[in-house]
Amino acid sequence: MPDRASPQTPKTKATSARASSSTITLPHLVRLAILIAMDASAVWILNRFFSLGYYPLAAATLLILIFVNIILLHRETYPIRWMLVGLVLMAMFTIYPIIFTTWVSFTNYGEGHLITKEQAIEQILKEKYLPETGKAYTWTAFKSPEGDYVLWLQNVDGDGFLAAPGESLTQPQPGESGVGEFDSKGIPETIEGYKRLNAILAATDQNLTQIQFGEIANSIQIRSPKEASELLPLYNYDLGQDAMISQETGAIYRNIRGTFSSQDGTQLRPGFVASIQFANFREFFVSPALRGPLLRIITWNFAFALFSLLLNFALGLAIAILFNDQNFPLKKLIRSLLIVPYTVPALLTILIWRGMLNPELGVISRGLENLFGWSPSWFTDQWWAKVAVLLINLWLSYPYFMLICSGALQSISQDYYAAAQVDGANIWQQFWQITLPLLLVAVGPLLIASFVFNFNNFNLIYIFNAGGPPMAGTPTPAGHTDILISYVYNLAFTASRGVNYGFAAAITIVIFFIVGAITLFQFRYTNMWEEVSENV
Amino acid sequence: MSSMTSVKRMRTSIKAQYNVSIGIRLIIALLLIVFSIFPILWVVSASLNPTGSLATQKLIPDNPGLENFRILMTSGQFPFWRWFGNSLKIATITSVLSLSITTIAGYAFSRFRFRGRQTMLKLILLIQVFPALLALVATFLMISQLGDVLPAIGLNTHASLILVYLGGAMGINIWLMKGFLDTIPRDIDESAMVEGATDWQIFTRLILPLLRPILIVISILNYIGTYGEFILARVLLKSSEQYTLMVGLQVFAGAQFNQRWGVFAAGALIGALPIMIIYLALQDQIVGGLTQGAVKE
Repeated sequence: MPDRASPQTPKTKATSARASSSTITLPHLVRLAILIAMDASAVWILNRFFSLGYYPLAAATLLILIFVNIILLHRETYPIRWMLVGLVLMAMFTIYPIIFTTWVSFTNYGEGHLITKEQAIEQILKEKYLPETGKAYTWTAFKSPEGDYVLWLQNVDGDGFLAAPGESLTQPQPGESGVGEFDSKGIPETIEGYKRLNAILAATDQNLTQIQFGEIANSIQIRSPKEASELLPLYNYDLGQDAMISQETGAIYRNIRGTFSSQDGTQLRPGFVASIQFANFREFFVSPALRGPLLRIITWNFAFALFSLLLNFALGLAIAILFNDQNFPLKKLIRSLLIVPYTVPALLTILIWRGMLNPELGVISRGLENLFGWSPSWFTDQWWAKVAVLLINLWLSYPYFMLICSGALQSISQDYYAAAQVDGANIWQQFWQITLPLLLVAVGPLLIASFVFNFNNFNLIYIFNAGGPPMAGTPTPAGHTDILISYVYNLAFTASRGVNYGFAAAITIVIFFIVGAITLFQFRYTNMWEEVSENV
Repeated sequence: MSSMTSVKRMRTSIKAQYNVSIGIRLIIALLLIVFSIFPILWVVSASLNPTGSLATQKLIPDNPGLENFRILMTSGQFPFWRWFGNSLKIATITSVLSLSITTIAGYAFSRFRFRGRQTMLKLILLIQVFPALLALVATFLMISQLGDVLPAIGLNTHASLILVYLGGAMGINIWLMKGFLDTIPRDIDESAMVEGATDWQIFTRLILPLLRPILIVISILNYIGTYGEFILARVLLKSSEQYTLMVGLQVFAGAQFNQRWGVFAAGALIGALPIMIIYLALQDQIVGGLTQGAVKE
């Protein structure tokens, strides 16, 4: 493994770089040996990837391998060795999935399209059919007490062959392989362990016509009471037309978006991964069946992120302002109790809220029922489900905003307020003119980060109600509280009509552009990029 | 705030008004605290309620007992301890390895000058824009392909999950670490270098001890994040005995939630406990870490 070798290398390199570098030392040799061993195993892995048709993964592994070799063999790259393990892991498990997602978004990868074209062609070419004419044998069947069958076949020249399922044909003489004496037609009277079936028994035997005798590649099947015939490949692949041609019917199955399809719409299974250019994206933006649910999902996605941010920030800020007082009694205790929601893993609290909001049984529903004689259906009404999600998110996140706001408040100089009071500004004016603008400068980036986080807040949506209540009449499952990322999850992992990785990846790319645009705006707005450049 | 400022100015005359204000704010605080801890109290009560179902729960159970905990510990169908152990193991290994990667790389970024250094730092920042969650499908496919060749890091293994978590180790924490390292004067390094110490010796013997505060913050945040992570674990781990606690409890709550409420509450309580203890004990360090960058001193 590449990551095992490298932690020791900085030390050895550091020593040798300082010593005279021309002599070959023991650490050098050890490092070289490790590198060779690592390369050898990597090449073996690469080879396996290739043979399985995992080309993108193989390419990524190869690039990383080359990179590691360059870094370990060159003296100038010494500082990089300190971060080599991290870089390799980042390349493999963070960057590669991003690139792979991009690639998948331009393909039909999904149910029925999971393998490479070569593999699909190979599988389709294995299909056989029983030709109505062509090379034929006469046959006689033998059956064992256990219910196994063998055939005695004779070609037109009268040569006899013994055919058992899954084994190649043999041409035994009497006495060999338990074959007894031949009768007048050249058929053995007996075969050891088997009983010869007479013509009527053989013709009425239900199993016999289903069995393929002989090797799998050239198997033989019974065609009629008189004849058995060798099975022939059903399809022939025509490279020029990129099409499969049926030998039985003559139908042509052309490669249409990763499936060999005939003109009447019949498709050959399996299909394969093929580039379909922008079809996934086109579907995302223009498909009429999808437009309805997608539009609603996107609208709710933005609304959810925005309302979450506003509510959580407002409550957090209000609390921070209320208790922004050095002398406030029990300040430390109050803070500790208020951050409790933040200390419980979010997944657990979402599940707890799911229990508490349970209609009829949950404590909140029962409480409201007792007080007002009515309680909202948190899970089945789309608007109340949305309210519930926002409420839970408020509970989960306000402590965070409280913490960052109280930190930021303390950094605002009291002089501003003193000056404002001299000018006669009231409390509201002070808040809108001084506190909020200064606070936003400090916590602005965190607010944007929080918006982005909520934009993809999969856990909350998925665990609370799995995106439900479901929308009616959508082509793929979608719910009223679904956001894009939970919709993607459904497409990729739970869709009842088969997974569609390609389309899921395309939506992912769209989300990425939305999130990317927001983040870019953040960099611009806060001059973060320039600061970064100055600091490095 | 304004009320505070005015109080400072007219301390004696408005002392009474100030007390009223404090009183009102204490009442508000009380309401907020009820909002904050009610769900937790409710779960504590549920876990102690021997009837164990959602419908029959009261805030103060009639015959409180540890029945739910007993069921949780002994249930063969849902290996709670196994899940808990898996979570602790994965979170510990991930945070230790991730911390090592971050620290060593942060040191190189802070102390060495090399070509591509700025580009790499910016690249690390830029990659954060792409939320790891979005690559979920690709990560799943990659791990399943890797597993066909190397089953040890394929689907349904803890190793694969840890590796994916570690893929994010070269993240925003590098910036935190580098920022902290930059504040340690380079004179220390240089004087040691004159004595003939190697970079590695300087790093481990001199710099590392000085990094303690930031090491604690990063490793704790990492630990908490890994412990509570759900979706990657949900997608990569397939069999019940491999689940982390979060996945296990979610699956457990998936069916017959109403009847299992009491046992779930007991599990949730035990599961939340380690993190709550860490948080409340190390509040100040964690808050400092969270608000890093928010407040510029």
